[in-house]
Amino acid sequence: MPKLIKNGAIVEDTSPEVLDLEQWLDCEERASRAVILEPGETLAPLLEHLNEIPLVMVNFPTFMDGRGFSYARELRDRGYTGEVRAVGHFIRDQLTYLGRCGFDAFQFDDESLLEPSLESLSDFSEYYQASINQPSPLFRRRA
Amino acid sequence: MYVYDEYDQKILDERVDQYRGQTERFLAGTLSEEEFLPLRLQNGLYVQRLAPMLRVAVPYGLMNSAQLRTVARLSRDYDKGYVHISTRQNIQFNWPELAEVPEMLAELAKVQMHAIQTSGNCIRNTTTDQFAGVARDELVDPRPYCEIIRQWSTLHPEFAFLPRKFKIAVCGTEEDRAAIHAHDIGIELVKNSEGDVGYRVIVGGGLGRTPVIGVEICAFLEKQHLLSYLEAILRVYNQHGRRDNKYKARIKILVKAMGIEAFRESVESEWVHLKDGPTTLTDAEIERAKSFFTEPAYAEFDNTPDAELSAKADADPIFGNWVKRNTVEHRVNGYRIVNISLKATGYAPGDITDDQLELLADLADRFSFGEIRSTHQQNLVLADVPSNELYTLWQILQKAGLATANIGYLTDMICCPGGDYCALANAKSIPVAEAIQARFDDMDYVYDLGPLELNISGCMNACGHHHIGHIGILGVDKKGEEFYQVCLGGSQAKDASIGKILGPSFRQEDMPDVMEKILGTYVDLRSEDEQFLDTYRRVGIAPFKEKVYA
Ligand code: HEM
Ligand code: SF4
Repeated sequence: MPKLIKNGAIVEDTSPEVLDLEQWLDCEERASRAVILEPGETLAPLLEHLNEIPLVMVNFPTFMDGRGFSYARELRDRGYTGEVRAVGHFIRDQLTYLGRCGFDAFQFDDESLLEPSLESLSDFSEYYQASINQPSPLFRRRA
Repeated sequence: MYVYDEYDQKILDERVDQYRGQTERFLAGTLSEEEFLPLRLQNGLYVQRLAPMLRVAVPYGLMNSAQLRTVARLSRDYDKGYVHISTRQNIQFNWPELAEVPEMLAELAKVQMHAIQTSGNCIRNTTTDQFAGVARDELVDPRPYCEIIRQWSTLHPEFAFLPRKFKIAVCGTEEDRAAIHAHDIGIELVKNSEGDVGYRVIVGGGLGRTPVIGVEICAFLEKQHLLSYLEAILRVYNQHGRRDNKYKARIKILVKAMGIEAFRESVESEWVHLKDGPTTLTDAEIERAKSFFTEPAYAEFDNTPDAELSAKADADPIFGNWVKRNTVEHRVNGYRIVNISLKATGYAPGDITDDQLELLADLADRFSFGEIRSTHQQNLVLADVPSNELYTLWQILQKAGLATANIGYLTDMICCPGGDYCALANAKSIPVAEAIQARFDDMDYVYDLGPLELNISGCMNACGHHHIGHIGILGVDKKGEEFYQVCLGGSQAKDASIGKILGPSFRQEDMPDVMEKILGTYVDLRSEDEQFLDTYRRVGIAPFKEKVYA
């Protein structure tokens, strides 16, 4: 079974069938299907169904395309609490940023990257901005 | 000046460690060239024609003497003993070794300096008026707001992989000295009728291939909303900016394509969800930021220093001339702002040596409360010098070759590194600058020409801001040969404008002659005290064209 990083540990993938946004919206059993988002899609139609989605995958066709960061942030800001998983070609050096935007799972195409990538999860322990894992910006917390 | 606390220091130290690891992985072959590229760029490291170039951030142009000494030492230990002041107030090392950069960054971190986001497709160093806090025409001191933006933009998780780079400039004065209309976002600090501070927000300016003057997106934004509003703009840009073509990826293209009304609407519908959230600024935070930019302990003077200064200036006309050209009135009586020109003939514009840096650090300690500023015109500033010390200061500067009295005149040109250093260049720019400086060595003539901005870029990336110089020179490639295009009538002031191309381009050796003809035309046509730009705006480009291509 494929593996991924979830909540900071390497686990086996148990995800349901994955549909693209259009298919997912049309699907009768969507509550048991994951949806995958591609850069350039609009999130608006998904926002009405946030409590029905078991898993959102955000695809990074290239790690230079930062649109996926905003997807996660928006989903979380609008109240989505399920899994948000990065898939495709992102790099371990992006893990803290991704995590702070609301990703809680990371699935690399190449599984050998999982183990060494765990280290990158703790590149930073303090941040200036409000983010999903630290909703209060530093200026509100400074002692 | 802002001083790091344990939080700021921790973030910076962790960043240095992260980059050290990335460099090691790259050198060990486990991080590919393609993946390392944006990581090193976001740590200020370009790889150039001859060597890497490291661009160190100087947040809104402010440094203390300890930082200056560190820069000097690093330039000696890791480079060739000189650095370059960039047009975005940053400092560039031209010859560091890639493997040694983490060490340099660790040294810089010890004096609260870094190279974070000085390059790459992210939010860059915020720039402002080099006379912030001391200018007579200042309405609001921009520095606390710049610092707030610096912290917010540093390692922002959502905006590190934008379609393209993103630059923010802030000004708080009548006369815009930060070129806010030529930035992705320009912020003008203003007061409403109740006297409350707020922001006029300009969006979609930029230079490069397609120069655009920014337009107003918000006439008055209340001060607590600064960051959430910036976040809304950035999010719209991150989602909708073009990623298919790097030359169409800047926010200026998006704003043009959508139209400012539609763009504003998008921003506002995003902002609805961010407004009043945790990112909303608190009064306490604004006060905290302000507390770092309080007045230094100015001495109280009566009118004697100014009288003494006039007497000294009369007695020594060379000194008097320097005072007139290179110093500016200060908000506080008995003090002057001193510009230090890095535009001596025979030296690359904006370059400064390790010895000069160390001397300036000493002078800053002795005469100006230990602070020094960099300007986007590639000069340095001692902002708080008592008038009665100017003579002593000037004598020292003169010995060190730092007293060229040309601030704001023709030979105080802005010039990018061009073909001598830069891999993207179409043409060299430094030799053109030097040839023009050498031709116009008669300072009386240069002064007679009045305030004049000459900006030179080695290619259409426009690092030398050629579009917004009164006279702009652009290096172009014609069948493998270096040529130079000239444009006239640009301005970076409040009434910003983009220069107009004069006509077919010229050879390098012809440039001093071309300049002579352009300036001769101006001298013939000007009325009384009319400045170059005003004459140009009155008569248009035709008479210049006629004379140059005759
Ligand atoms: C030597 C290596 C350098 C390289 C490879 C380089 C590269 C570039 C590129 C590709 C652009 C165009 C960006 C765009 O159109 O979006 C640009 C713009 C710019 N560069 Fe450089 N640059 C270099 C050095 C410098 C230096 C030394 C300065 C300051 C003196 C500088 C200041 C700027 C500025 C102010 C812009 C802004 C144009 C804008 O905002 O649209 N650059 N640079
Ligand atoms: S304008 Fe062109 S030549 Fe000059 S530094 Fe920028 S990229 Fe290089």
